[in-house]
Amino acid sequence: MDMKREYFEDVRIFTSGAVLFWFVVLIIGLVAIPRVLPNYYVYMANYMAINVIVAIGLNLLVGFTGQISLGHAGFFAIGAYGTVVLMSLAGFPFLLALAVAALIAAIFGFLIGFPALRLEGPYLTIATLGFGLTITLVIGKIELFGGRNGLHTPPLTVFGWHLESDKDFYYLLIPITVLLAWFARNLIRTKVGRAFVAIRDADVAAETMGVNLAYYKTLSFAVSAFYTGVAGGLYAFVLRFIEPELFSLVMSITFLAYIVVGGLGSIMGSITGACLISWLDLQLRNILSIPYLGEWLKSLSQNYFSITGVSNIQYIVLGLIIILIMIFEPLGLYGIWIRTKKYWMTWPF
Amino acid sequence: MLDFFQMILSGIAVGSSYALMALAMVIIYKTSEVVNFAQGEMALASSYFTFMLLTSYGFSFIAAFISAYLFALLLGAVLEFAILRRAKEPNLLGLIIITIGMEFMLLGFVSWKFGADQQIFPFPISPYDSISIGGAFFSMLELISLVIAIFIMVLLFFFFRYSKLGMAMKATQQNPVAARIMGIRTKRIMMLTWGISSMVGCTAGLLISPMLMEPFMMWDSMLKGFSSAVLGGMTSLPGAVAGAYILGIIENLFGGYVSIEFKSVVAFAIIVLILCVKPSGLFARHYVKKL
Repeated sequence: MDMKREYFEDVRIFTSGAVLFWFVVLIIGLVAIPRVLPNYYVYMANYMAINVIVAIGLNLLVGFTGQISLGHAGFFAIGAYGTVVLMSLAGFPFLLALAVAALIAAIFGFLIGFPALRLEGPYLTIATLGFGLTITLVIGKIELFGGRNGLHTPPLTVFGWHLESDKDFYYLLIPITVLLAWFARNLIRTKVGRAFVAIRDADVAAETMGVNLAYYKTLSFAVSAFYTGVAGGLYAFVLRFIEPELFSLVMSITFLAYIVVGGLGSIMGSITGACLISWLDLQLRNILSIPYLGEWLKSLSQNYFSITGVSNIQYIVLGLIIILIMIFEPLGLYGIWIRTKKYWMTWPF
Repeated sequence: MLDFFQMILSGIAVGSSYALMALAMVIIYKTSEVVNFAQGEMALASSYFTFMLLTSYGFSFIAAFISAYLFALLLGAVLEFAILRRAKEPNLLGLIIITIGMEFMLLGFVSWKFGADQQIFPFPISPYDSISIGGAFFSMLELISLVIAIFIMVLLFFFFRYSKLGMAMKATQQNPVAARIMGIRTKRIMMLTWGISSMVGCTAGLLISPMLMEPFMMWDSMLKGFSSAVLGGMTSLPGAVAGAYILGIIENLFGGYVSIEFKSVVAFAIIVLILCVKPSGLFARHYVKKL
């Protein structure tokens, strides 16, 4: 079905007319969302778009380069705090502050990439995990950053355009998301992307073929951190308030869950995974108000569990989804999609 | 000088709980190469189970503890049997993700059942009793933790060296295929490994709960235990214990002399530095992967 006859077919960005068509439909749909849906859904879309950026960035590192990171909440925090502090204290305009903060995150990513040259498996996990925890703690101790009390974001103006509502912000956020997704899709089709994949599949073999491990591993960390930093800067303006406790280990784990559920090593998978999990996250926060299921859960909690801890069901659901996906479909939602497509392509047979 | 002595003592005391968690993680990593992030929550579930037996069902203390260990054994074995064994062609990342999933589920269940509030665990010894050794204070509870931790370590040492099951576990770890040819049921061994590791973790949980009992109580110990295990090389039991005590002591000395606020993160900074020099930890040989 997907037979490629020449190199240029393999590296085309739209592999077929159908893909191009659906892409155009998607863009039109994205433009239309704030015009047809109520405000809460726009907020939800903003939240999803930010997680999509993180998921794409993390997938470049974990899915394509094969390095584990449990410290992405740290990069996210750097992006968020960097943007807000640069704007409110140094008076930077928003886009410049966002770019500089993301670059700072990228520099940190580059530095974390150095231990990664020698470490693998659990050793790398603990190094990145330590980074994430340290960043949160250090930020919480700096008075300039508001310490434990957190920071409010300054009013947002882009080229003289005052963004006040979620809808305004949506029109700033979505182009950035699409652009970054587009860039990631392009990146993996180039020499750099192929080097990442080669490192994931066999780093020693890649090195003997002439892939500079030191360069590409640190680059992968830096690019991933840049994406996460951008997402962090934008996230601050969705919440309009940031505090160190937000950027916890649970957040890093949730980021990993996005790409695992969506599919490792696929941009499309990152997008679907991030959308699904963040949607579930928002829905499960008020699980008791879901019709029927909520009533049943309420009586269950009153009889056997505690009613105060009912919001923790979201942990159970998230954990269950992760486990089921890993056991039954290690390639995630993207793997399910590929299988379905293959099945229906040759359907009667 | 007295301060220094006191800090070392506190470091050893806190090191004991890290050591138990580190041992639990190393036992699993050695046999199955799984970094078990659910270790802390397995201990959490066992501790809350004990808490439930003691407060709601009026079990005597001994009976509750014995049931807790049985529960821990069963929990570990069931998790391995029902989840880990079902994973198709697992790689390292996949296994880590699965254990994180288990962690979330256990955490969710415990905090759904008992709420997020802090509870008081009815332990026979109050955490405020203390004895003085040469002017430095050592709480009774810490002393008991230390004794129990050392006891468990010695027990594990003899278990792995002399018992049939322990030797079968070592054989499975060294060469699973050869072990199976020699008639060892490697899958069953794996299940028991999880059970035993869960029991070791449960000990840590039961020793922490008198001081602090809430759903997130095991996170710090689990992360520090994991760090200690990594510091010790992830595959060596004595290494894990040594790593745990080194970590505990360094942490307390740093807290005493430099800054109490950054006490809990200095551990990670040290580990990253040590790993840069010795990428496989202090006590394990570094294998360079070949194609």
